[in-house]
Order: sequence, then C-alpha cells, then structure tokens
Amino acid sequence: MLPLHTRAVISGDLSRPLLKVLDLAEALRGDVPHEQVAVQLDDGIDVDTGVLRDLGFAAVMRPGATDIRPDDALPVICGLSNTDVVNPGDVIRVRHDSGQLSVLYRRGANANSLFLTEQCNSRCLMCSQPPRDEDDLWRVSELLELIPLIDRDLPQLGFTGGEPTLLGPLLPELIRACKAALPRTGLHILTNGRNFAEPVLADSVHEAAGCTTWAIPLYADVPSRHDHVVQAAGAFDATVNGIYNLAERGHAIEIRFVVHAQTLPRMQRFAEFIWRNMPFVSHVAFMGLEPMGFAKVNRDLLWVDPVDYGPALAEAAWHLQDRGITTSIYNVPLCVLPEAAWPLARQSISDWKNIYDPACEGCSMRPRCCGFFASHGPAWRSRGIKAFRFDEAAE
Amino acid sequence: MPFRFARIPGVDGKVLVTSEVGEFEFLDETDFRAFEAGTLSPATDAYADLQGKHFLVEGDPSTTLRMVAAKYRTRKSFLKGGPALHVFVVTLRCDHSCRYCQVSRQTADQARFDMSTETVAAAIDLMFQTPSPSLTVEFQGGEPLLAFPRIRQIVEAIEERNRVKGRAITFSMTSTLHQADGEVLEFLRRHDFQLSTSLDGPETLHDANRPQPGRESHRRTVEGIGRVRAVLGERSLSALTTLTRESLKHPEAIVDEYVRLGFPSIFLRPLSPFGFAAKAAQRIGYGMEEFLPFYERALAYILELNRKGVAIQEAYTGFLLSHILTPFPTGYVDLRSPTGAGLGARVYNYDGGVYASDEGRMLAEMGDHSLRLGTVHDSHADLMQSEGMQLLLATGVAEALPGCSDCAFLPYCGADPVFNLAREGDPVGHRPTNAHCTKHTGLFRILFRYLAEADPHVMRTFTSWVTQRPVQRLPDAEAA
Repeated sequence: MLPLHTRAVISGDLSRPLLKVLDLAEALRGDVPHEQVAVQLDDGIDVDTGVLRDLGFAAVMRPGATDIRPDDALPVICGLSNTDVVNPGDVIRVRHDSGQLSVLYRRGANANSLFLTEQCNSRCLMCSQPPRDEDDLWRVSELLELIPLIDRDLPQLGFTGGEPTLLGPLLPELIRACKAALPRTGLHILTNGRNFAEPVLADSVHEAAGCTTWAIPLYADVPSRHDHVVQAAGAFDATVNGIYNLAERGHAIEIRFVVHAQTLPRMQRFAEFIWRNMPFVSHVAFMGLEPMGFAKVNRDLLWVDPVDYGPALAEAAWHLQDRGITTSIYNVPLCVLPEAAWPLARQSISDWKNIYDPACEGCSMRPRCCGFFASHGPAWRSRGIKAFRFDEAAE
Repeated sequence: MPFRFARIPGVDGKVLVTSEVGEFEFLDETDFRAFEAGTLSPATDAYADLQGKHFLVEGDPSTTLRMVAAKYRTRKSFLKGGPALHVFVVTLRCDHSCRYCQVSRQTADQARFDMSTETVAAAIDLMFQTPSPSLTVEFQGGEPLLAFPRIRQIVEAIEERNRVKGRAITFSMTSTLHQADGEVLEFLRRHDFQLSTSLDGPETLHDANRPQPGRESHRRTVEGIGRVRAVLGERSLSALTTLTRESLKHPEAIVDEYVRLGFPSIFLRPLSPFGFAAKAAQRIGYGMEEFLPFYERALAYILELNRKGVAIQEAYTGFLLSHILTPFPTGYVDLRSPTGAGLGARVYNYDGGVYASDEGRMLAEMGDHSLRLGTVHDSHADLMQSEGMQLLLATGVAEALPGCSDCAFLPYCGADPVFNLAREGDPVGHRPTNAHCTKHTGLFRILFRYLAEADPHVMRTFTSWVTQRPVQRLPDAEAA
C-alpha cells in the first residue's frame, strides 16, 4: 500500500503548485511544457541546473537528497519522508508552506481518479467518503490544470466525489477538458444520477456520450429500501429517471450495488429488476463494504459476514452474467466467496487501499485476490479468512 | 396496476399473477386475496415483491409508469420496421407426397407452378419498400431446390439491390435437402444460408409420414444433413418435426433421433390444420388434448437428457420461455400480438399473389382467399391497407379478443386469426373449443409448473435456452 502524501523540503519559489515529475530524458522530449515540469535527478546524476533553468523547467526533484546544493539554480524539492511516494510520470501538488507533497496522478496505478467535490445530496449509510458542505470549487480549477498533465496513453480516468453533478456547468467543462487533453482515455464517472432526472442536465453532458461510463448506485428494486440506504426521500425515482435519461441519450451506464445488511434482503430481486427494467446497462458491479467513513459509525446496521452472503451474491451476480450483462464482484476476498463466484471476482481495489491480512501469508490465491481495505479492523474481519494451499488453489 | 391471474394445476396454494408487460409472481393464496382486496400490508415481503415488479405503486406513479412503458415498448418492439420475414414460394412442385402436406404438387409442369421472372422482380421491389433495417428472405415450396435456378436469380438480384439499400439480410430455406448437391451447397455457403429441414424422427416413422417413391426419404435426408454440415458448418442447419397421430406414441424415440444426429435443438410441431392435412385429419390428426401429454413427456425427457449433460432444447419451448423469462420479443413471427401475419411476415406466392403468412396462402389453396393481400404489382402501402390486413388487425390483437383479454398467459401468447379461420371459419374463434388456445394454455400451465418448482437444473437449462448461451453457473458447486 503506497500512500498518496508525504513531506518534502522545498526551496525557492514555485510559480505553480502543480508539477509533472519527469526523468531527464522524458523531460527533454518536450511532451509537457517545461514550465510545468519538475525534473527528477536521482542520486549520482550530475546535471547543471542552470541549463535546466535556461530551458525553462520549473523545478528539480531529488527525492533522496537531504538538502539543496549551493549551486542549484532552480527551486528544489528534496528530502521526501517517503521516497517511494513519487515517481517519474506522476503529477504532484506541492504546498510550499507546509511542505506537504501530494500525488494527484500516479503513472501506472491500477486506478486514477479526479476528486471533484466533497459536496453531496445523499447521505448513504455506508458512505466511505462522507460529504462536507463547504465551497470547494477551487478543486475544479486545480483539476483543469491537472488534466493536461496526465499521460495521454491512460486507458481510463475516474471522476469521484461527492456528487459531481452538483458542480452544474463545471462538470461538462471538466469532461470537455478531458476529451481535449486525453482523447483516447475513457471516463468513469461516479454519480448518484439523481440530478439527471432533469432532462436539461442530462443534455448538458452530451459530450460524454461514447467515451464515458456513468457509474450509478442502485440499492434495491423498491423505492423505500433504496431511499433508506441513501437517506434521501425520492432518491430512487430520481436515480431511475436519471438512468433512463442518460441511456436515452446514448450514454453507457454501470450499476453499482454495495452488499450489506440493509441491501441484502432485496439483492436477488434487484438482479431480476435490472434485467427486466435496465437490460441496456453495460456493467453491474456488486461490492463489499469499505469500512471507512459513515460505514464505521453504522457498522452494526450494516455488517454481514461476507461468508454468509457469499452464496446469495454468487446467485445474484450469475443471474445477470448468464443473461449477457457483464457483472463483477469487488472488494470481497476469494476465501470468503463460494468458488462459483470466483470467475466474477475482480482483483482491483485501488492500490493504495489494497492490503493483506497476516492470515494471507503464504496464500497461493493472493495474486488473484483483492485482499482487504487498508482500514479494516477486527470488527470487519470475516470468519472465513484463510490462506489457500497450493494444491487447493490448483483444483 | 392491472393484473391477470391463474391457478396452475400441480402448483398448490399459489396463484400466478402476471402483468401487462410480462412480469409474473407466484403468491400465497392469502397474500393474493389481500392483494386483490387492497389490504396487503406494506410490511410484508409479498408487498415489496409486487412493488418491485410493478404490480403495485405507491404515491406518484410516474417513474413506475416510465419503466412499465419501457418494458412494453421493448416487448412489442417487433412492430417497428414492419414485415421483416419475406417468404418466396419459388415453386409448388415437390417430389414428396406427405400425408400432412398443405400445398405441394407432384408435377413436371414448371411453367405452371414456378415463380416467373416478372413476379420475382416485382416481389423484390416490394420487399425493399418495407422499412425494416433487417430482412430475412426465406425460400419455401413445394421443394424450393427443384427451382434452384430461380433461387440463385433472386439471391443475386437482392444482393445487387442491397448494395444501395444497405439492409442486414439473412437468407434461409426450408428443404428436404435431397437435391442439395455440391454446386447448390457451395452457393448456399457463399450466401450464408440458414437451412431448415424436416425430420420426423426415426426411419420408420419418418418414412411412414413422408412417403416418396422408393421410401428412402429418411436415408436421403440424413445424407443431406451430413452434406450440409460438411460444407456450411454445424450451426447452419436446424430441423422440424411434424407430429402425426403415430408420432405421439414415440416422444423419446423422436428426441433420441435428434440427439443421435447431433442436433442441439428439436422443434416439436403439431399438425397444422391446413391444406391436405385438413382432409387427412381423420387418419393422421388428433386433438390438442392428445398433443399435450405427448409434449409433457417429451419435455420431461429432454430435461432429463440435459440433466445428464446432453444439451438439447425444444425450440418452441424456447420461444415461450423467452416470452416469459426475458424482457425481449423473439424473431418468431407465429406467436405475437398483434399477429405476425402481414405485420411481421409476408409471403410472395409463385403465382404473384401476396399473402399475410405461409398459412394464408395455404388457406387460399383450400378456397379461402381472405388473406390474399393483393399481388406483387401492388405497392407496400396498398398491401398494408388491404382488406386482408384490415381483417388481421381487427382480429389479430389478443389483448382485445374475448377470452384472451383476461387470460393470465396473454403477455406471453399471441393471436392467430389465420389458424382460427382455417379451423373455425372465423378469425376470432371460440376460445373454449379453440385448438390454439387449448394448446397454448396447456403449454403455459406445464411451463409455469416447472417455474414454480424452480428446480435448479431445470432453471439452468431454461436460462440457457432463452439466452442462447451455455449457463456457467453450477448450482451443485454452490451447494458443495
């Protein structure tokens, strides 16, 4: 598990807080405007920083070095508390005052997401990222600066929040920025879809059609259950209308279902509901709980040992997969799922969340398993956790 | 919301309720009575189950109605685009004299019973006047391969025209395959034909049903099947079984013959009441109440084979189950409401007559011309406004037919005015004595009994039939 933040020593005046870190060879290729590049110089590489300054580069990065050199002609970022956090290709934000260095884009990560806003119009019982009602529009300006610094060969970029549609016209603006800077990158946008019940808003994101999957949570086949889970009256109807409005406008839809005690009773019916009412969706994702945020507070309302819901989950997931709707299971370790569900289980929890239990030591299925969320604790530990011996895994 | 209901023999204590858009639910007798009386408690599972399937709505119904409308549109989407199945009866000539055959003639007189060049050109024109983006061109007879040069001419003319028109075109043919030699097969392969042949079961039964000089129909059909598979591939050929009174005694043997010959599917068709079949009815015919036990036995046997790992499906069951278990319509035109006759299909007869369905032209051979829409020289618009079409539209919407309008199986069934005309001389028909109704209510009762039992193996087999893909989920592995 690789953190997204570390501390650094920063010297000189950085004109911009956002920098693309590149090694010397790539920096000199000129794909990224020099004034936005921090040139990473690893130990043993001796370069005249005056030349780099004359070429217009923004800064020099020496992750391992403890201090600046007397002859440095450029702002220098060095003395990283954790040198593994940043690597060439990443985009970082450097806070001069605090010395905090954050990775906003990580080259080669299995998932890269833009965090659009902390605001949300739902209050889901299991929200892993509890919303805050404060004006954070500065994020959008930063993202508009970040997007052109992302690698153009990135296959997929996520938008997450908060609820991105609360940004109003800024959401289409971000989509346009991605299409312009990253024409080959697919967008995966998490939204509760409620605002798309307004046809005008659904119209406003027309540029997203063809390059975007809208990932929309639906937690039941009946309004009362869904509205309870998201703690918002009328949410089910709004989301269903939002899904239909997007689909009618040619957008691709992914449905997300988080499995817990409040959603489990309708899960089987939910699968048939999707098949009957939304057979056009391109993907259905069943997900285990992330023990973070509100989920921690509501643990007793939500917790079901995955071992106990495994067979029902396999049944619901195959119900859709057998009918031609691509279906995945996320965030549930293989050892607590029935084997019948394994072909649908995906490995990809974001790198920074993915850890393994001591019990996983020596498990032969580890390369195929999603592991655990970093924040898990004993209260979230399934009694089914175990290591597979090599011969078991081979069967 | 409106609903219909039925009690299924063999399903005790449960009532089947169905909705206008084909959702269904089995309710306990007490829940059903409470639901019907409007007193079902919102705290019950049954309440949520009915709400999730849109049998009941709380508060503002607009979102539910939007979903229901989407399901209705999807279910009836076969109406978009007009007739997609275009049947060319290239000749009435045939070398068989089947006891149940509708229309064929044994003659060498080509001029009299083959489609003329002029008729061909006009029929192709007419087909391209229909707006459907995908078209199926089916060759029928008689034995169509006796007029192979005509088939070649039609296929080549259609492909030439389609360079401009850009429709998705599938060619298909119903043939005994006896005349399918190397040259013919190569042509069929080049044009990606889907072929259908008649195979009534084991040799003795087949040859008794389908007499032919030399009594070697079975042997020659099996040889034809081999030749077709070698050239066109396994999946290009399916077979139909026409069931005579004698056939009804041998469900297992008929199914076994299909398994032996490697067919993934069998289509068990009761005799149709058309043409010579009506005259021969006393010798070879039977009532639907005799067909249903046969079907039930055959289906049970087929399911047993599937349980043992032999993948074979009954095609008609597949259509019915698709209507029940999926939100989509099928390409099958003979069980639709509004009727597929004229709306989903159209027949160009060898003599230039245009009919609403294959059965419509057979009816004409029996002297009833009411489903002759016109001739190949009329326009598409004229044909669609013809008296024949008006008759079909007035009597071909099951939702509006007495007895059908409140039947629980209505969403999965269809109207068949052509059949009713043939059997009863009236396109509406008298439901209590109507063979179409007896057959289908009987079939639906059998299928819903299986669905109520919900045996995991059976459900898995049914799912694979309606999705046309092998089902990967292994219920036994879950239990382990």
